[in-house]
Amino acid sequence: MTTSVPWLSLLVAWPLVGAAAVWLTAAARTRGVGSGALRAVRGVALAAALVEVALLVAAFTAFDTSAAGTHQLTETYPWIPQIGASYAVGADGVALALVALSVVLVPLVVLAAWKEQDGDVRRLRHYLALVLLLEAFMVAVFVARDVFLFYVLFEAMLVPVYFMIGGFGVGARRRYAAVKFLLFSLAGGLIMLAAVIALYVQVPIDPATGARPEDAFLTSNLVGYFAENPMPVTTERLLFLGFFLAFAIKAPLFPVHTWLPDAAQHAPAGTSTLLVGVLDKVGTFGMLTLCLPLFPHASTWAAPVVVVLAVVSILYGALMAIGQSDLMRLIAYTSVSHFGFIVLGIFAFTSLSVSGSSLYMVNHGISTGALFLLAGFLIARHPERSQRIADYGGLQKVVPVLAGTFLVAGLSALSLPGLSTFVSEIMVLVGTFARSPWAALVAVLGVVLAALYVLLTYQRIFTGGTREGLDELPDLGAREKWVVAPLVVVLLVLGLYPAPALDLVREPAEVTLSDLAVAGVEDPPRSDPFADADGTLVEGQASHVTRSTDEGSES
Amino acid sequence: MNDSFVAPAVDWLYLAPILVVLGAGVVGVLIEAFVPARVRRTVQVVLALLATAAAFALVVVLWRDPAVQGSDVAPYGVRVLGGSMVIDPFGLAVQGIVVLLAFLAILVIADRTSTGQDAFAPSAAAVPGSPYEDLTRRKGLEQTEVYPLVLFAVGGMMIFPATGNLLVMFVALEVLSLPLYVLSAMARRRRLLSQEASFKYFLLGAFASALFVFGVALVYGFAGSVDLVEVYRSLATPGGPLASMPGLVVVGALLVLAGLLFKIGAAPFHAWTPDVYQGAPTPITGFMAACTKAAAFGALLRVLYVVSLGLAQSSPATREDLFVALWVVTLLTMVVGTVVGAVQTDVKRLLAYSSIAHAGFILVGVVGFSQLSLRATVFYLLVYGLATVGAFAVVTLVRETAPVRERVPATVGAGEAGAPDNPSDDSGEQPVAVLGEATHLAQWAGLGRRSPWLAGTFSLFLLSMAGIPLTAGFVAKFTAFGAAIAGPDGQGGGSTWVLAVVGVLASAVAVFFYVRIIVLMFFTAPAGGADEGSGEGAGASEGAGVTVVRSAGPTTVAIAVCALGVLLLGVFPSPVLDLAAEAVKFVP
Repeated sequence: MTTSVPWLSLLVAWPLVGAAAVWLTAAARTRGVGSGALRAVRGVALAAALVEVALLVAAFTAFDTSAAGTHQLTETYPWIPQIGASYAVGADGVALALVALSVVLVPLVVLAAWKEQDGDVRRLRHYLALVLLLEAFMVAVFVARDVFLFYVLFEAMLVPVYFMIGGFGVGARRRYAAVKFLLFSLAGGLIMLAAVIALYVQVPIDPATGARPEDAFLTSNLVGYFAENPMPVTTERLLFLGFFLAFAIKAPLFPVHTWLPDAAQHAPAGTSTLLVGVLDKVGTFGMLTLCLPLFPHASTWAAPVVVVLAVVSILYGALMAIGQSDLMRLIAYTSVSHFGFIVLGIFAFTSLSVSGSSLYMVNHGISTGALFLLAGFLIARHPERSQRIADYGGLQKVVPVLAGTFLVAGLSALSLPGLSTFVSEIMVLVGTFARSPWAALVAVLGVVLAALYVLLTYQRIFTGGTREGLDELPDLGAREKWVVAPLVVVLLVLGLYPAPALDLVREPAEVTLSDLAVAGVEDPPRSDPFADADGTLVEGQASHVTRSTDEGSES
Repeated sequence: MNDSFVAPAVDWLYLAPILVVLGAGVVGVLIEAFVPARVRRTVQVVLALLATAAAFALVVVLWRDPAVQGSDVAPYGVRVLGGSMVIDPFGLAVQGIVVLLAFLAILVIADRTSTGQDAFAPSAAAVPGSPYEDLTRRKGLEQTEVYPLVLFAVGGMMIFPATGNLLVMFVALEVLSLPLYVLSAMARRRRLLSQEASFKYFLLGAFASALFVFGVALVYGFAGSVDLVEVYRSLATPGGPLASMPGLVVVGALLVLAGLLFKIGAAPFHAWTPDVYQGAPTPITGFMAACTKAAAFGALLRVLYVVSLGLAQSSPATREDLFVALWVVTLLTMVVGTVVGAVQTDVKRLLAYSSIAHAGFILVGVVGFSQLSLRATVFYLLVYGLATVGAFAVVTLVRETAPVRERVPATVGAGEAGAPDNPSDDSGEQPVAVLGEATHLAQWAGLGRRSPWLAGTFSLFLLSMAGIPLTAGFVAKFTAFGAAIAGPDGQGGGSTWVLAVVGVLASAVAVFFYVRIIVLMFFTAPAGGADEGSGEGAGASEGAGVTVVRSAGPTTVAIAVCALGVLLLGVFPSPVLDLAAEAVKFVP
């Protein structure tokens, strides 16, 4: 299955080149005229991000969507054979969709950062270089097929984000927010480290060589080992908890979500977009691609508690969002609620809910990204850069385009039919209903609350009498329209015609469920009305797709 | 016993690395006596660098020696002088690490920076604050005995992990310690602090030596020999001394281990570490933090394995008792190092506590007690040493400044700060004197804005110590904790995984204080506008600031090599891990 062109490695390496280029461009030109250097830096960063998009398109053409459940475009090289680590990348449909999400968001974030950092070229070059560096890590973490590699990237990613919040954020408490973010993530990450090591120790020693295999950390190999000789029950549960805690912090799931509102409040809008839109998905992505296949028994053991936590997250996040006075914190709390839905879908263990959750990750990235970026534009217009909702009002007449796009993004957050978020949310809810009806029913309340926090916020900011000092604000400029337009288009297109995205996530969900089959989890019969009505969801059950055909050959 | 003296046959070749270093030390003493003062320093520096480089080359040559590596027919390792020296892959690996780190440390020691002064008192014999001291300073004297002293210490450190005889080990302990006591007292600035550090180090060190030698005596009491082979044989005999005098065995082993743990800086034998690290001249601190630890861990492993393997044959229960003690030491070391480290306000003290914490992390790997743990320890020592030498080298470049007019006689009298020495050449408008190192954390605020490269490399060293992936520290921690989780059987048997979990939690605390420095350097405005911790530190006036002096070259090289090593070993650790895996072979 190894292709001749290493698309995924190119996707990982190119942003690094771009980051270096941005950095060197500015270093070469800072002594020249300020605005010239600024233009050069922006141009190089944007060009790098756009070339990355072109690479993504190329990778998509090389990807066979009809076999989205298998890892494709794989590359495997030994890295640290002494501890079983390989450099192994490959993407199935879900991974590719998330890579696409990150790659598409980055140029928009670069564009949105055009005027940030007060036009200080020295600060801007560091910021943009960090954004590109982060892009490399984000792409790599989604395509890593080696647990060690995944862990390394999972942790290393923290460093650029930490600097992006602490060094380039807003507000006096940004250092506090950055440190809180780092400590939460590292605490989870280090516990996961213990679990990763213990996982390796569980790998049986090869009698021929007297050591563990040199590619022991490959996810597919690990799944194979533990399918043959299962771990002791307690060990499996402890390891599951080690991984799950790290992912729950990252996701973030109630009650370990508290770092997110602070981080989002103090980060630049672009950073929040990447942080919540993409990075946090690593948490749910990890649950889906590592926790479930590696620890199927423990996953089913923990599922009831996780489902409860997910439902609590949905309601708690929504209620907290309604009560927020800070716009950025509000959006952060809506994300806590949305992540509840994603986790709920993953741990409902039906192919419908799992594929719904996969799709939800992408949709939420777009929807929340749009909200954060628009909120950033709005705040940048305020004379005092206020983030308080109460400081705005009646802007509908002043900035109609901004108001309109904000409304569309907001409606996508409440999953209005016709927008892409609706598809994924309904899949999660219907899929969950088949497994645990009560959880689905309670979760529906979250949808109602979503309508409240979105519409109330819109009402407070954009309707009513215009507040003093705000009646001369400029509407979205051309650059800002270019930032928002792609996101709105994607929301609409995938809302009306979700089939291409569904093709990507459906088969991986089947594979996940086949991995769970050893723990006695069966996909409930498709008697649910939604699945019958929508033929696309029933076709191509692809139950033949199992791990045996999946990426086994090259190892 | 023969009456006539029989000269032993000596395989000089296998002693060559040690002989080169010690010989260079002796030559260095002669240079002090016979070479004119003007070129003395240059000659000494070149000699010290050549000696360590040659020793490293010889270690590499010996590494491939068939007698050392062994073959299908012959066992590995060479015993020289009846076991007084044991040249085996493990010993050579530790020697190689020591010499390599010593080479880098000597580069830092030799640097006079843009101030034209090295880190040592012009005449260490002068009483601090005395007119004589003032005279020596004005005459521009230099203390070049530093280099032979360092070479002697290195020689001791090379014998320490490569001897199979407890008495020779004791001699090596003294050979490496005595020069360090002297070197600690020789700081150019804050001389009273430096001398106090030296005195503390000497007193506690002497105490530890006494423990060690008393332990050796007890071991001799039951084994009838100080040769580790004999000790092993006697311990492994069922119904041997262990049955008749178990107390003697346990107490003897514990005392020997205590002496070694003191050198490692493990709690509860760590009390000297912060004071000595803070008071000693910073280049020396880097040298002893990195090299002493490597040598001492080598010796500790050798003794520990002999005792433990011997006991495993005859009395597993006693062995368990011994390991309980090690467990307690490991846990205590990690907790003390990280928790107390978290509240430090002086960068050298902070690094000292970090070094204590790292001793704990290495011990976690050691207690795993398998081939894996030996590999992990060797790798960890190298990584830790690189980051430590690099970090202290950075500290030597960050200096306090004061306006030239305001001489500070009061502090000179107290020997606390020394007088402003040389107007720095890079300040154009306002003449500013460069003083000693700015070690208070508040003074590091905003360093990242003024010297991004320096602050960046320092952050790299800190991130490596914190164990962030893609730095060498992560791989080192992974292997060490991996050894602990795998346990003695390599299958996760035993309960050493508890230590690894505590180690992971301690790492999280440690990250907190490493990150605090990074926050300070990059995100905090320099003193004056600082909103935290600006109470102490660099006074209120703008003049009493902090500056970064330019290295005269060697320190830059050392920092660059360390940074490169930390990065490379983080991303491509494979080749070095292979070497470390070869190093797990040792003969008692």
